[in-house]
Amino acid sequence: MTIAEARVVPAGDAAWLVELPDRLDAGINGRAVDLAARIRSASWPGVRDVVVGFRTVMVYVDPLGAGVDAVPQRLDEILAQPASGRGREGSSIEVPVCYDGACGPDLPDIAAFAGCAPEEVVRRHLAREYRVFVVGFMPGFAYMASVDPRIAAPRRSSPRLKVPPGSVAIAAGQTGIYPSESPGGWHIIGRTPAKPYDPDRAEAFLFAPGDRVRFVRISAREFDASSRWGAK
Amino acid sequence: MRAGLTVVRPGMLTTVQDLGRVGFQHLGVPVAGPMDWYSHRLANRLAGNEASAAALEVTLIGPELETDADVWCAVAGAAFDVTVGGDPIDCSQPFAVPAGERVRFGARHAGARATLAVRGGIDVPPVFGSRATHLVCRMGPFGGRQLAAGDRLPVGAGRAARGGHEVVPLPLPSGGARLRVLAAPHRPRFTGRAWEALTSTRHTISSQSNRMGYRLEGARLTHAGPADILSEATPIGSLQVPASGQPILLMADRQTTGGYPIIATVITADLPIAGQLAPGDWVEFRECTREQAMAALAERRPFDR
Repeated sequence: MTIAEARVVPAGDAAWLVELPDRLDAGINGRAVDLAARIRSASWPGVRDVVVGFRTVMVYVDPLGAGVDAVPQRLDEILAQPASGRGREGSSIEVPVCYDGACGPDLPDIAAFAGCAPEEVVRRHLAREYRVFVVGFMPGFAYMASVDPRIAAPRRSSPRLKVPPGSVAIAAGQTGIYPSESPGGWHIIGRTPAKPYDPDRAEAFLFAPGDRVRFVRISAREFDASSRWGAK
Repeated sequence: MRAGLTVVRPGMLTTVQDLGRVGFQHLGVPVAGPMDWYSHRLANRLAGNEASAAALEVTLIGPELETDADVWCAVAGAAFDVTVGGDPIDCSQPFAVPAGERVRFGARHAGARATLAVRGGIDVPPVFGSRATHLVCRMGPFGGRQLAAGDRLPVGAGRAARGGHEVVPLPLPSGGARLRVLAAPHRPRFTGRAWEALTSTRHTISSQSNRMGYRLEGARLTHAGPADILSEATPIGSLQVPASGQPILLMADRQTTGGYPIIATVITADLPIAGQLAPGDWVEFRECTREQAMAALAERRPFDR
């Protein structure tokens, strides 16, 4: 990727946005992850938060911080350098999912969308390895892609007011796990006992951009045996 | 036992806030913090605290609190009648609350949110480095909820107040406000007419507004293309426009990322004014330059830099 394909633009008066080509693409996102890692490790004065988007890096600054005026120039300098490879290789994570019964209430809808049996939807969801492109929306929520186009239904026309925590959902070519009970517009096809965010765990957050995720099927009995969602 | 304030009546929505949860947005952890950063800093300044000390954010209808030790307090932001032991106090100065007495918020005259700071700060355990409350994520003190009757707020060790500082309260909006904006990176995703409508017509803050954001009603802002983008980080003050064309002004509790284009971003200097608005208030947006934004921020004179 050349420098010409990236640009640094102000996003309000307290952030700079690095924009990369506007495509859902693992390579572009990898570049964003790499940039963010380098920006964080550079510890420039006045930088508060560095947030990876699908094809962007938002660099939040203290607008009156000493030395903060140098941030856009430093970003240009980093963009001019070749990718460091840092943060390119994310972790490989296996996530157990129960697709049976009440765990996957929207499986019939997706099956209807795809014109196949619900079991085929499950098979296709399990068949791929997904990349975590972005962590956002709520603590620990990972936007993963890409879902098999055949089951990539758009968002639900009316969002649910309450999605149970651990719900595994798909929408618009992406898949994700709701870390806590919340409203949500994605189709719920399964449920996992794994917690994307657990404040009581040493590593509170399960996912980071660049991670690779595989879903592994478990039975309803295994889900019930290992789920701690009810304990809270 | 350490000094503490006990909530007698919580008011409409009173939360513990500090300057926000910085440094964890890349994990999806929202910033939270005060809706009016200026008054948070001013109240702490008056109380003799660091700007980062945790204080109470009071919304529309204020609380009543009882102290079990002699404490110093200060109030900034929305203009409320405030009494201590039934006697009215002057909110431009810090004030003493003797042990056993109550601080009570009464009628509100202007603005939507006030900060009540206590010398020593509200000393609750930090979560990810911050004492800010995020209501939707239930993160922060008291399980991330608003305060309820009976809650006891521990007060940290006090320190000597600084003298001789100039106190400039925030000019409070009345019925609405004009906010200055900078064009956002997604502005080319909107029609020229949308920009015209944004910067020349009045929007109203709808009842579907909270600490996460204000849903605005008014002229429809039309996208030049699709109303969805690949999700990216969402700065505070951003005017995010979903397919409906009705913008949402993202405030303190905003989500870390969003999938709708952002047409403009309110400048940092004017965020405190935005934080003093309530449902039913009008809002107008005017484009300014980056230089004007920085000058306005310097003029707002943040404390404790």
